[in-house]
Amino acid sequence: MNYNWNWGIFFEPAPSGTGSYLDMLLSGLALTIKTALLAWIIALIFGTVIGILRSLPSKTASWIGFGYVEFFRNMPLLVQLFLWFFVLPELLPRAAGIWMKQLPNAPFWTAAIGVGLFMSARVAVQLAAGIGSLPRGQQQAATALGLTTAQGYRYVLLPMAFRIIMPPLTSEFLNTIKNTSVAITIGLIELTGQARAMQEFSFQVFEAFTAATVMYLLINIVVVTGMRFLERGLAIPGYISGK
Amino acid sequence: MFDNLDFDVIRRSLPYLFFDGMTFTLMLTALAALGGLVFGTLIALMRLSSYKLLGRIAGLYVDFMRSLPLVLVIFWFYFLVPYIGQWLTGAPRPIRVGAFTSTLVTFIMFEAAYFSEIMRAGIQSISKGQPQAASALGLTYSQSMRYIVLPQAFRNMLPVLLTQTIVLFQDTSLVYVLSIPDFLGAASKVAQRDGRLVEMYLFAAAVYFAISCLASYGVRRLQARIAIVR
Repeated sequence: MNYNWNWGIFFEPAPSGTGSYLDMLLSGLALTIKTALLAWIIALIFGTVIGILRSLPSKTASWIGFGYVEFFRNMPLLVQLFLWFFVLPELLPRAAGIWMKQLPNAPFWTAAIGVGLFMSARVAVQLAAGIGSLPRGQQQAATALGLTTAQGYRYVLLPMAFRIIMPPLTSEFLNTIKNTSVAITIGLIELTGQARAMQEFSFQVFEAFTAATVMYLLINIVVVTGMRFLERGLAIPGYISGK
Repeated sequence: MFDNLDFDVIRRSLPYLFFDGMTFTLMLTALAALGGLVFGTLIALMRLSSYKLLGRIAGLYVDFMRSLPLVLVIFWFYFLVPYIGQWLTGAPRPIRVGAFTSTLVTFIMFEAAYFSEIMRAGIQSISKGQPQAASALGLTYSQSMRYIVLPQAFRNMLPVLLTQTIVLFQDTSLVYVLSIPDFLGAASKVAQRDGRLVEMYLFAAAVYFAISCLASYGVRRLQARIAIVR
């Protein structure tokens, strides 16, 4: 292979003037984590609401849940980000549209909300499946004890369901982190974006992408290890995964 | 709200969008799904083989691919494929590779990791008695895989494989990062040329939505039809 390897490149100053190439990549890593965390919070909130709607006996509620999930699942994430970023400000009243376009960090907020809503549909499906996997007696016992439907969800069904779906939620969280890289298309310079920028400035393609790859692998290892501890702590006694 | 929009731009660019863009997207989806299935099955067989080393290598590959974002993998292969081509053909310098070949290699390698997990689950869902009966009849390992295990695993997993193909169809839109005119790329080119972002992106979204909805409805129908009653 006639490629000039230069692993020292990471410590050379980057043309952005804010430090070395390594600093550039690390700031990308920080942005990836920040975006992913905000997106994940949004995904959990919306996913929980929609997941509950899907599990309710009411026809209207489950139709809303079904429509929401189909809407967000049947469009590529990239197209959804374009809709939020390019299309939505044009369709809003003029003043609101201009306000949105002039937001500082518009790509960051768009990415976090866009990825968050995209992932919320997946969280909703997982949660509805988790609630569905609980024996019917749980809800009936809650009603027999005099809990309202809301209380039954709050104190009985949701705590159980969330603990059951911890493993799939872990992989959805990992997907959220990976999906933030799609926001490179709306100008969010996160980890993949910084690696791409470094490649363009320095022509050291493979070093830049290797570094980004290693960072993604590290994030993965940290998340998987952390979640394994959490899963062990939250495992329900009496279930296969429990003590 | 819609008063200064010009939806005629969609009609004018229809031939370009569908003959160039959608053809690229569908070709890429179909070939990548086929290639991913073939390699994925091989990887699944490696993971389940009795040679521990083979299984370890296949497992590492799958875990590695699954922890990277597709955008990064697309960039990796875009720059790597010319060098792989040089290494394979022994050419003096990195060979030129077309956009289609480059993305096809990317998606096959990436999807193989996901398809292999599906096929592994499929193979493991076959009861032990099946390969045992096959070897009692004198079939070799490869015969038993070919005639007994894989056809059943494939049939059991067909709905999941097709769902993954729908995900793949949506993911092909990410070749946008290489400025390749797939369906979304073509829509985006027209959008930027004519300054009609709203119309073109709304239309692209609607087309992706319609195709994915139809396809997943088809998968649900198929699942109900081929489900084996046990």
